[in-house]
Parts: sequence; structure tokens; C-alpha cells
Amino acid sequence: MNKEKFSDFLSTLKIFFKNLGHNLLNFLKKIFSSKKTIIGFVLIMVFVFIGIFGPLIFPYDQNTDVANKYLLPSTEHFFGTDWLGRDVFRQVIAGTSSVLEIAFFTAIFTVTIGTILGIISGYVGGVVDKIIMSITNIFLSIPSFPVYLLLAALITLESSVSLALIISLWSWAGLCRSIRVQVMSIKERDYIQICKVMHMSTFHIIFREIMPNVFSYIAVNFVVAMRNAIMASVGIMLVGLAAYDPTNWGAIINAARMKGLVNYKNILIMIYPLVFIIIFQISTLLLSNGLDETLNPRLKVK
Amino acid sequence: MKENTPIIVDKKKNTFWEVVLKFLTKYRYFFAKIGISILTLALSTILLFFILRKIPGDIVELYALKLQNAQGITYDRAYELAKSLLNFDPNENVFAAFFRYIGGLFKGQLGESYLETGVSANSLIKTRLPWTLFISSVALFLSFFIGTNIGGFIATRRNGIANKISSSYIAITGSIPDYLIALILVIIFGYNLKWFPTQNNYDAFSVTPGFNFPFIGSVLYYAALPILSYTIVQTGVWILHMRGSAIGVLGEDYILAAKARGLKESTIRRRYVKKNALLPLITMLGVSFGSLFGGATLMESIFNYPGIGLEISNRIVNKDYMVVQGLIFFSAAMVIIVNLVVDLLYPLIDPRVREK
Repeated sequence: MNKEKFSDFLSTLKIFFKNLGHNLLNFLKKIFSSKKTIIGFVLIMVFVFIGIFGPLIFPYDQNTDVANKYLLPSTEHFFGTDWLGRDVFRQVIAGTSSVLEIAFFTAIFTVTIGTILGIISGYVGGVVDKIIMSITNIFLSIPSFPVYLLLAALITLESSVSLALIISLWSWAGLCRSIRVQVMSIKERDYIQICKVMHMSTFHIIFREIMPNVFSYIAVNFVVAMRNAIMASVGIMLVGLAAYDPTNWGAIINAARMKGLVNYKNILIMIYPLVFIIIFQISTLLLSNGLDETLNPRLKVK
Repeated sequence: MKENTPIIVDKKKNTFWEVVLKFLTKYRYFFAKIGISILTLALSTILLFFILRKIPGDIVELYALKLQNAQGITYDRAYELAKSLLNFDPNENVFAAFFRYIGGLFKGQLGESYLETGVSANSLIKTRLPWTLFISSVALFLSFFIGTNIGGFIATRRNGIANKISSSYIAITGSIPDYLIALILVIIFGYNLKWFPTQNNYDAFSVTPGFNFPFIGSVLYYAALPILSYTIVQTGVWILHMRGSAIGVLGEDYILAAKARGLKESTIRRRYVKKNALLPLITMLGVSFGSLFGGATLMESIFNYPGIGLEISNRIVNKDYMVVQGLIFFSAAMVIIVNLVVDLLYPLIDPRVREK
């Protein structure tokens, strides 16, 4: 019986992923009909490109060169140099991959936890729903940012993955709640009732009937989670915790701020990572808004 | 007359329980909300306690060494004293520690500082909370007022230029992290133009705290930049909410009926749209107000404004975890309590909820 269930589960999973690939072309055509999506996607791809190939083209030299400190932007140093003579442009390029890693891993963890718990809570209902909702309530009522700081101080951070885990640990609750509401409304519709009457397996109902309906919502929230991850991780670095990567944009801003903003040269250094963060955040906003407009049937009616 | 008496006696017998039952069923909504809030508060306390258990045990030893040097007592006595003062014992059984922690909370001890003697989470809340609440609540109500007015206005003219301007404003302020907006403002107005001070809450050298005009003037002058940046960040959110809510209201039948009666557009906007669209936003305002008690950690640390948020971040960096624990517990409790009050008051404002 159990084995049968498991093979059933595997086959539904297979069909789910197969259909995903089959519909991918149509799906891509659909989502790239919006200008916002295209701009946002292209910008993020540029950041990914910088993150992968940037350090190969412009390798960052950590050695200090005090003779050349606080140089103004020139053809040799595009963004000038910092208080120890290190090239700011190369620092920002080197930090890109770390920022992207944090955003990507946090989004994956957050969406995974939020989706699984949201679907269980909405689909199963009853006591399970009440338990999951009370857990969600805790995470929503304890302010998140101080807890990020507390966890970052208590757990020694060594990589982007651990920072991403800390951030996603406290940010899945909102997503979980909204997916639960969606699943609850889908569950009451006729085709799910018919599936139940026909004794289709729970796996089938969840992966073939419910998942495709909430998938667009998950895609939008993946991008939103990326944006929140940048907001939180740069914030944690601005306080001076999570100092495992000195080239991360937040760490560069914090270092310049610690040097003292009375000296306008430090302001010049921190402007570049600031602009990079702002461009990245705007591109994720454009992407999530564009996806929301094309995928969300509620907005399409208007 | 005599026939009626048994019935009256019967009623008297059940009166008390009937009343209780009636009371419970009539106010089921209220009791459910209160129950959920108490449960959430209890569960958050448990969760915070388990985070507290992750604190490295050596801080008690460090504190004991400090006490030993300060008071000239033996190390063992100092260690005992440190344990009771910090309300934390690394070698204690989890359950015993938990009950002691809860006991401390019931006595109103949120957490003692281990870095400074005489400083506790309670005393910090007393001195820092007014500053946090001052700048954040002024900014909250200011942005609520501006945002709802603009949002209500542009909902009626969705094709105008005002809508486009506010949409791009929302996009820009929504995508840049709020503390970076504050940082940019500090750079421009604080360091480049030198119009506003960049640190602290008032000029400690020239004015004395109290109810005098130089002090109030100084406080307002120093609070201008924080309030400005909070307002810039939050206004966009309120415009967005108000526009969405007002567009929903505009589709209702009573607006159509009002139009059919030939009422002026401005009257409809003022008397019908705004009033109804504001109702759901009042809940959000309440919820936002609840979250102010924790302070905005990064905003305050950028302005170096001595509020609760700055205190939390400084004490986390300095490993003063007991106080941090107390401050986070306080802000979580305030979020829960204010949410509860909003939930309980909402039926009084909106009769549609009461009917259910």
C-alpha cells in the first residue's frame, strides 16, 4: 500500500515537472509580453553576468596600497580607490556574486518553507491548520530585524547560505499565510471536489490541481523574497554583523560609514554600492510587478 | 399568579449560567481574539526563551568576574549573584530555567544588563521609548494624512498625470531600502548642505531638558531629518493602500446611486468614497502603530537617534543579550497587544463586521 502510494507520488511528480517543461515556452511567451518584466529580467541577468564573469575580467586585489588612497575616478580606477588604496570598482564587482547568492538562497528557502506549510495548512485544515497558523502568528508578531541581528550575532556566519538561512527563518510567515488563503479558496472549487469524489490521490490533487494554480503567485513571491533578502542582508551588514565578506555592498557602505561621513571622500566611495543596490532593487521590483500583472488573473479582469 | 411562580423560580436557577452563556456567545468574537493573542504571546515567549538558550555560557563567568572585582567577594558568591542578577544559568535544567525566566517576566523584570550595573531593559524602555515613539508616530500620522489624501484623489482620476507621478514615487521609495533613503538624506542635508544635525536627539551643550522653548525647539530641529525620511518612506505605502481601497469602493452600488442622484463629484469623493475607503486602512494604521514600539533599528542607528531600535542594535553588537531579550519581548508584546486592541475596536467602527 505504502509502496503503491510512493510510486503514485513519483509519477505525479514526474507529470508535474514534465508539464512544467512542456508549458515553459508558452509560459515564457506569456510573461515576456510585459515591458516591465523584460527590463527587470534583463537587468537581473546583467547582475548575474557581472557576478559570474566580473571577477574573472576585473580580479580584485585585496592588498593595500596606501600611496594611492582616495584617488578620484579615472580610466585605471573607474570608481576611484578607498582609504587603503584598493580599487572600489573591483570591490563592487567582487561583491556582486555574494549579494546574488544571498538573494537567491533566501528566496529559495523562504518560498520552500512558506509554500509547503501554506499548502499543508490550507489543504488539510482543522487542527493542523490551527497549529501552523499559531506558529505563523508568532513569527509575524516578533519584529524580524532585531531577531536577524540576534541570530547573526549568536551564530557565527561564514557563508551566504547561513546568512540566507537566518533571513528566511523569519520571513516565510507572510507568504505561508497568503498561500494558505489561496489554497483554501481553490479547495472549495468544483474540480477539486470532483477529484475527491473520484478518489484521486492527495498527491495528484496537490501537485496537478493546486500547484499550477498557485505557481504564478509563488513565482512573484520568489522575486519579492529576493528583494527582502537584499534589504535585510545589507541592513545586517550596516550594523557591522555578518562581516564574513568585506566586498559585499552592505559591508562596503558600512566600512565607509565607519570611516566617518564628515570626510566627503568616504561618501564618494559608498555612493557606488548604494547605486548598485538601488538599481538591483528597482529591477526586482519591475520584475515582480511585471510578473504579477501578466500572471495574476485577478488583475487581468480589470 | 401561583401558576407563574415555578417558572420564575426556574428562571432564577438558570439565570447566572444563562447570562454567562449569552455573554460568551454574544461576544464570541472578542473572546476568540483575546484567547489567540494570549496564546501567541505565550508561544513567542517560549520561542524567545529558546533563542536565549543559544547564548554562550561564558557571559555569566565574565559578569561574575566583574562583580568579584567590583564588590570584593569570592568568585563562587559572585557567580551565584551573577546568575540571579542575569536571571540566566548555563548549567541549569531547561525546564527549571524556563520557569525562572517566566517568573522574572511576571515580576516585570525583562532583563538586566550585564555590561552596566543598574541598567535593565525596563529602565531603557523608560528612557528610550518616548524618543522612538515621538519621531515614529509623528511621521506615521503625517504620512497617513498625506498618503490617504493623495490616494483618494488619484483613485478618481486614474488616467491623470498625478497617478503617473505617484506610481513612480511609490516604485522608487518602495524599492530602495528605507534606511538607505535615510542615509542619502543624511548625506545631502546633513553633511553637504549642513542644514540639519546628523546625530543625537537634542543639542546637549546649549539647552537643558525640561519644558522650555529652547529645548523643544532643539528637539524639533534634531528630529526634522528622521521624521522627514520616515515620512518619505511611508507615504508611498499609504498612497498605494488608499488607492486600492478607494478603487474598490468606487465600484460599489451606492456610489453609482449617488451619481444617479446627481451629487457633485467632490461631494461623492468626500462623503462616500473617502469615508468608506478609510475604514480598512484604520486597521493597518493600528497595526503599524503597534510595530513602532520596537523602534526602527537601522533608521535610528543611521541618525544615531537614542531610541529603542538603536539600543537593540548596539546591545546586540556588544553582546548584552539579556537586555536585548527583554527589548524584543517588549516589542513583540506591544505588537500583539495593539493588534488585539485594534481587532476589538474595529467592530465599533465598522458595523459590517459586527453583524457577523
